[in-house]
Amino acid sequence: MGKKQAGTGPLSRRPDNSAFKQQRLPAWSPSLTAQTVLPTFYILSLVCLFLGVWLLITVQQTHELKVDYTNAGTCDQCFKRQKHAIHNRTTCSCSVSFYNPKNFSGDVFFYYGLRNFHQNLRRYMDSRDDAQMVGRKNNLKAPSTYCAPFDYDAQRVPVAPCGAVANSMFNDSFTVIYYPTNDVEVQVPLYRKGIAWYTDKNVKYRNPPTNNTFTLRQAFEGTIRPLYWQRPVYELDDTDSNNNGFINDDLIVWMREAAFPNFKKLYGVLNRAQGHFNQGLPSGNYSISIIYNFPVEPFQGQKELVISMVTWFGGQNYFLPIAYLVTGGLILVAAIVLTMVFVKVGKKGKNMEE
Amino acid sequence: MARETGESGDTKSTKVKKHKRRKSKKESKTRIVHANILYDHTKGGDNPNRHYANNKIKTTKYTLLSFLPKNLFEQFHRFANVYFVFIALLNFVPVVNAFQPELALAPVVFILSVTAIKDLWEDYRRHRSDKEINHMDCLVYCSSEKRYMEKYWKEIRVGDFIRLRCNEILPADVLLLSSSDPDRLCHIETATLDGETNLKQRQVVRSFIDLDCEFDPSKYNSIIECEKPNNDLNRFRGYIIHRSGRRDGLYKDNLLLRGCTIRNTEEAVGIIIYAGHETKAMLNNNGPRYKRSKLERQMNVDVFWCVIILLVMCLFTAIGHGLWMFQYGDKRPVFDVLSPEGTDLSPVVSSIYLFLTMIIVFQVLIPISLFVSIEIVKICQVYFIHQDMELYDEETDSHLQCRALNITEDLGQMQYIFSDKTGTLTENKMVFRRCTVAGVEYSHDANARRLAMYQEVDSEEEDCTSHGGTLPRRDSVTSHQSGKVVLRSQSTKSHRRTGSRAEAKRASILSKHTAFSSPMEKDITPDPQLMDKVNECSSQMEFMRFHSQPLNHIPPDQCDIFDFFIALTICNTVVVSSPNQPRQKVRRFELKSPVKTIEDFIKRFTPSRLTSGSNSSSSSSLTTNRSSSHKVGCSMLSSPSAESTLTKLNEEKRPEHDLQHAFSPVPPNFDKTKALAQDECELRYEAESPDEAALVYAARAYKCALVGRLPDQVTVELPHLGKLSFELLHTLGFDSTRKRMSVVVKHPLTEQITVYTKGADSVIMDLIRPATDDCKGKRQRKILYKTQNYLNLYAADGLRTLCIAKKVLSKEEYASWLQRHLEAETAIQKREELLFESALRLETNLQLLGATGVEDRLQDGVPETIASLRKAGLQIWVLTGDKQETAINIAYACKLLDPEEEIITLNADSQETCAVLLENSLHYIQAKFLCNPRPDPQAARDYAGIHFSPPVCSPASSGHSSPFLVHRLGLVIDGRTLAYALDKSLEDKFLAVARSCRSVLCCRSTPLQKSMVVKLVRNKLKVMTLAIGDGANDVSMIQVADVGVGISGQEGMQAVMASDFALPRFRYLQKLLLVHGHWCYSRLANMILYFFYKNAMFVALIFWYQFYCGFSGSAMVDQWYLIFFNLMFSAFPQLITGILDKDVSAETLQELPQLYMNGQNSEEYKPYMFWMNMIDAFYQSLICFFIPYFAYVDSDVDLFTWGTPITTLALFTILLHLGIETKTWTWMNWVSIGFSIALFFTVALCYNASCPTCFSPSNTYWTMQKLLVDPTFYLMCVVTPVAALLPRYCYRACQGTLFPNPVHVGRQLDKLPVDMRRLFLSQSQMKLGSLGSLFAPRGPFFPLCRPFQKDYGPRAKQAHMSGTKQKEKAIASPIPSKSMEMPDTPLSSKNSDNHITLNFRIQEKVQSCRQGSDGPLSENLHCAKEPSSPDTGTLPYSKDTPGPRTILDSTGLEAPPSPIDLCQVGLLTSTPLLSQTETMQLMSPPRSCVLGQKLDDEEHSNQKSLLKRAGDVDHTQSSSCLQEHSLKTTFL
Repeated sequence: MGKKQAGTGPLSRRPDNSAFKQQRLPAWSPSLTAQTVLPTFYILSLVCLFLGVWLLITVQQTHELKVDYTNAGTCDQCFKRQKHAIHNRTTCSCSVSFYNPKNFSGDVFFYYGLRNFHQNLRRYMDSRDDAQMVGRKNNLKAPSTYCAPFDYDAQRVPVAPCGAVANSMFNDSFTVIYYPTNDVEVQVPLYRKGIAWYTDKNVKYRNPPTNNTFTLRQAFEGTIRPLYWQRPVYELDDTDSNNNGFINDDLIVWMREAAFPNFKKLYGVLNRAQGHFNQGLPSGNYSISIIYNFPVEPFQGQKELVISMVTWFGGQNYFLPIAYLVTGGLILVAAIVLTMVFVKVGKKGKNMEE
Repeated sequence: MARETGESGDTKSTKVKKHKRRKSKKESKTRIVHANILYDHTKGGDNPNRHYANNKIKTTKYTLLSFLPKNLFEQFHRFANVYFVFIALLNFVPVVNAFQPELALAPVVFILSVTAIKDLWEDYRRHRSDKEINHMDCLVYCSSEKRYMEKYWKEIRVGDFIRLRCNEILPADVLLLSSSDPDRLCHIETATLDGETNLKQRQVVRSFIDLDCEFDPSKYNSIIECEKPNNDLNRFRGYIIHRSGRRDGLYKDNLLLRGCTIRNTEEAVGIIIYAGHETKAMLNNNGPRYKRSKLERQMNVDVFWCVIILLVMCLFTAIGHGLWMFQYGDKRPVFDVLSPEGTDLSPVVSSIYLFLTMIIVFQVLIPISLFVSIEIVKICQVYFIHQDMELYDEETDSHLQCRALNITEDLGQMQYIFSDKTGTLTENKMVFRRCTVAGVEYSHDANARRLAMYQEVDSEEEDCTSHGGTLPRRDSVTSHQSGKVVLRSQSTKSHRRTGSRAEAKRASILSKHTAFSSPMEKDITPDPQLMDKVNECSSQMEFMRFHSQPLNHIPPDQCDIFDFFIALTICNTVVVSSPNQPRQKVRRFELKSPVKTIEDFIKRFTPSRLTSGSNSSSSSSLTTNRSSSHKVGCSMLSSPSAESTLTKLNEEKRPEHDLQHAFSPVPPNFDKTKALAQDECELRYEAESPDEAALVYAARAYKCALVGRLPDQVTVELPHLGKLSFELLHTLGFDSTRKRMSVVVKHPLTEQITVYTKGADSVIMDLIRPATDDCKGKRQRKILYKTQNYLNLYAADGLRTLCIAKKVLSKEEYASWLQRHLEAETAIQKREELLFESALRLETNLQLLGATGVEDRLQDGVPETIASLRKAGLQIWVLTGDKQETAINIAYACKLLDPEEEIITLNADSQETCAVLLENSLHYIQAKFLCNPRPDPQAARDYAGIHFSPPVCSPASSGHSSPFLVHRLGLVIDGRTLAYALDKSLEDKFLAVARSCRSVLCCRSTPLQKSMVVKLVRNKLKVMTLAIGDGANDVSMIQVADVGVGISGQEGMQAVMASDFALPRFRYLQKLLLVHGHWCYSRLANMILYFFYKNAMFVALIFWYQFYCGFSGSAMVDQWYLIFFNLMFSAFPQLITGILDKDVSAETLQELPQLYMNGQNSEEYKPYMFWMNMIDAFYQSLICFFIPYFAYVDSDVDLFTWGTPITTLALFTILLHLGIETKTWTWMNWVSIGFSIALFFTVALCYNASCPTCFSPSNTYWTMQKLLVDPTFYLMCVVTPVAALLPRYCYRACQGTLFPNPVHVGRQLDKLPVDMRRLFLSQSQMKLGSLGSLFAPRGPFFPLCRPFQKDYGPRAKQAHMSGTKQKEKAIASPIPSKSMEMPDTPLSSKNSDNHITLNFRIQEKVQSCRQGSDGPLSENLHCAKEPSSPDTGTLPYSKDTPGPRTILDSTGLEAPPSPIDLCQVGLLTSTPLLSQTETMQLMSPPRSCVLGQKLDDEEHSNQKSLLKRAGDVDHTQSSSCLQEHSLKTTFL
């Protein structure tokens, strides 16, 4: 009530005369006038145009080839077969031949592409158990509820790897064959490993602990493979026992959910050790033999094989350079318009300041 | 009373008590208090007082246990919180959840906990102060120890006896039972309660008054029954029941309230009646007000729109999802996940689920942090306003207080200011200036010079107040001399810098006891002439008394003078006190209570008791403790030299004083004031209103000093006569209806019962006894007439006038009146009304003694403030209770009214005349301005600078029926007319008139009317109103207005308590509104818009993504970013900008008040701006979405590797957007933006590296790290923000150059060096430059009057040209030419003859006139030359006033006025300043009068003012109007 009145002297409540409290902090107040705006605009447009041209030149040296094999070539058969019998577990092989018009120099990447496959659906994306994928015992036996309804099978046996993402893993496999003009056909050698992110392979995905006596198979004892899979997770790669289980590269690549319904995922990288492919992928005739498993008919999807070079800023993509050129152009136009406006009104503006 | 003691009494009393308690339960309307000591032996449970609250106070809201539930409960009162909690809880439902449920709770928990911590801290502070208060000490009677013991406040219970010492604070509401004061009084200071610093008297309960010995609590055994605790400070009723069965009433005068301080009383004992929270002070304590600002209201509308946008987006997505599902038909794609139960979800159910999910995902659109951010920004704004040095008043050591924390931005949007006059525009420091006694005027020139001296010292720039108009030019020598004296009499310190007023104020603060007494008010230099007369008169009286002659032989002149000063001295409620020690009073031998019964009266008026003369002498001899100077005075005055003249007196006095002040050779005139100033140290007058004090000090200057006041006796010290004690029979206090107060005393010399009345002249003049025809009557009539003339003069001078009158009652008259008065006093029902009527009965047939003119000085800088506020487009109305003339003159002084503008005065007697007057005024305005296509030359010239408001006739503007522009017109309306005008039927017309006037002055308005006016304007015109006032009579107005401002000045704290902002002075309003208001508004408006933009832009990103993910509600922005984006990553820069951004510097804002219109017209935040921002947000989000989309389309990018860049880009874009919108960059802006970006990357990197499994279902492990090595990421970071912000940047760049609004110009001015800016500003005031044109298209109040124009420059120039052309034309035309020439001729008393008054007349046959007329234009003019009184020459402002003239454009009135069809009901007179006293009254005489008056109107124009006054007073339409008329003229 009647207390307070701290401090001494009659002017005890006088506020501090500091720049902050008096709101007089030194400040830079940019004004958007001709003198400040125009230089910015011109410089920006030049930068953008320069970058755009540079990127365009870079992109033009890269090539990309897409081979849609959904129902092309002999795959037509497989496609039809799948259409009539869904979830048919019998394998179907087919092949598609194509012509590569350009020389792919340098590193060449082989992707499988899916169209209209919504890997980015919310419920689909959530349907996974990261804890299981790092090989935690508990989660192996009791998958997260996120995986439902792909967590247990009808007999309440836990699924490993659980969830819709793993369940719907792409399971076609390709063999690309090159037909040199004056040579025998040769299989294009691919690195099928090292296609996943290093951190994924080494941190995010781990197998349940194994040792010399305790095999991977034993580790996965008591679990069942996902519904759509033909083989269990510990037998994904026959060739390399280190590429099995949760650390299978294809699985890891698949588990990284694509952002768009039309996407491609890395299948392999050209192994340039062989003579034909020292410089990359030469132009010429090719064929792909496919083990056709993955059904796309239910979602009107398409499957394709994508062969592509990469630039320093990613895959072959004309958009970025164009975006830079357009933006640069727009800024330039705006700058010119502004210049004209300023010249016209400039006198008035000067008047104002005088 | 102490008859019954011992055991039997004890047991009996318990029985009684039990009985009572039962009773008290039955009738719960009262509270019964027993003394606690009676129950000390028994168990506590028996104590009847145990149910009452104890004195421990607890203002905290929470306890440790209740904090969480209670605080949460309170927070959930805010709808937004409930909404966000609902959304967070929705996340726990598996089918609809979007985020990790725990994470979704985070923002809500964060917001709630921030608020909770704030509440907790506040509560802790309250707790601490409670504890401090609870542990204060006081003396409580302890029955076991039989003495008073120290106890804590919290231990006091109802029924305890406490002893209070001087300067102690009361711990509870105490019934006063004993006081050391001989009169059984106790003085308290109620400053903490109501802010009034004057002392109030409280009385011991009547039955204890007679106790001779000290009060002994142990003998007390009465029971008190009183009303239940309530919050009415001015009400306490109850009675005390003694053991004997006697009952005595208890009144508010017996109750000491908690929080008050005991003053001037050595010791007092009382019993606690209410304690703790039941005390009146605590019950009155209500927290700060909650108001919602206009901006917030507007914001809420847009929040509502956001909700709608949200729902639309959710619905769209839900439908999209349904359709998407539907296209797959029965064939379920492999990626379509079934419900957890493994069953199919139908598209419909799925989309319903999705709808809810989307609400969660899009929740960011409703900005959760907006409310918190706004609160933070407002707190900081309040902090800065508090810290502003320029709003700090050194004199009072006080700065601006923001009492309402959440309407700071309203300050920037005000359109109407309603101001009180007294104490707000003026200082409310009453200074006695002049007086007239018995028809003789005493001009007090020396006093005026002294005051001028103050003024000079006061303000550096003299010109601000043109007060000195009436003063003769002071010659330097005298002013110097008087200045010296004045300075010395205050203090020896030199105080050039702060000014004498400051010094005085500080001094008065330091000594807490002074209420209204600065040296300026106290030192009054007496008029020598009057002084002589006083001396003469009193010496004669002394002589007569000495020779025991009847006093009737004194000539009436002298008698009047004597009575005049007696009236000044005793007709008031001033309390005399000495500051340092408790008052030592004259102990009287017998108790004399005021007359209470008829018997008492008869008894007391038996001749044997009529010994007041001896009484006075005895009292004077008994003044033992009087100061030495008083003794000197007494001995000197009682010296036998009965016929001593003034010179003799001076001779006698001088040696003494010369001894005392040998060092100061002062002129003798000042010697006496010096002598008085001496004892001033001991004597202080504490008055309820400052003008009372001023009058008492004035009287003291004439040696007629009030030395003591008791409830029933007033002691006056007079020259020669010594001390006279007036027996005070009754005091009829002042009330605003009667506008007067009276005292009934028994005159000690004449022994007559005399009534002294003091009141407003309009009232008193009406009560003067009608003059008889004898010579006495003639004299009286003369006095009356002269006094009236002087009163007019005073009023014209801007002085507050009071009339003093007296009346002698015969004993019979008194007896008969007393009987009814006592009835009224004892009446239970309608007591107030009866008392009022009783007062009316008494105050009749008075004899006029004289009148006083008290000056209420303008506060510093008021004219400048008003001028600049007006330039800022604020319309200022002054609502005052003062009389019309005074109000008008103050209005001129403070530049509210301009001598060059016309004034419409509305005084009506009835509803009908009021209606007609309003109608006429409206027509007049329309005829003059509205459909006059050319701008008024006056206006054009004056607004030619920056503020250019061309009066255009534009149809249908701003949704109102007809366009209104503000003209150079002033409207003056008095209270009575206002009452009619505020009637439902007329209010629209009244508003129509009022709003077209530049300034409105409502005089004689009651507090209720004030609030009604504010309410009317606020509701009907839909404008923002600010009410400013200082007194209790402004409280209602302050509460009604959008923003209430209280002046923490002289008249207590009520206004401050009711206000939202409390200012020390009026002039601070300028900076508060123009600078802080503008800043607060523009900052907050921009911040809110930015918030909406930011959230919309961010949410839209996710929305676009829905098209690519089958409308499934997945988000490419990780849930962490999504949830913390608002809360953390983008929060700080906008807060900094919201707090610190300054669009224009404070200096420019004050120099260019026009910039304030920016806020008035809500130009920073218009409804369309929300949508523009939304569109911009959607555009920017499209860019931010699609550039990454196309950059990554057809690639092997995964969701979060693609989504994280988008988040980053959005952050960059949003921050850069803020950068474009930020006007000033301080280091804090840079730091905050840097911090935001750093925070984002740090959090992202940590989060992406921390745990690969913790944040399921999303998993962004190592994403950011990957991105940072990806060149595409950087490439996008460059191009996206540039592309996204290009349009806005271009727009801003163009805006600043092509169509800059005033704010832009202000900013450009800021960049100029200071001297350049000065130059430019001064130039722009002079000529119509390009800058001025910028302000042109917007009318100050109704901006939509005119469409927005692109080509201001040429247009404005044209306007200017035409303006000058018109001026030329105007000069060419015959009638105005006169008026145009006038300004150049200096004013002399002669040229007022040229005065032209235009009177509109309407015949009684209004009907026929109407039919004949074809619209408002056919109003006819009648020009009448009016001779004006010679007094006009001495009127104020003569030096400023160019000359008297009337400007009435006759352009709209083609036909020359023909005197035949003069038709008028009222007189609508528009005249310039000078004529106001004589001709300005716009009066509406009673209908029947018109004929009679019309005939001799010309001749009697001089009497108009008188007539008008008569009309004012005479409310009823007198049937004998002509008679009345003649009566008035006889005054001549």
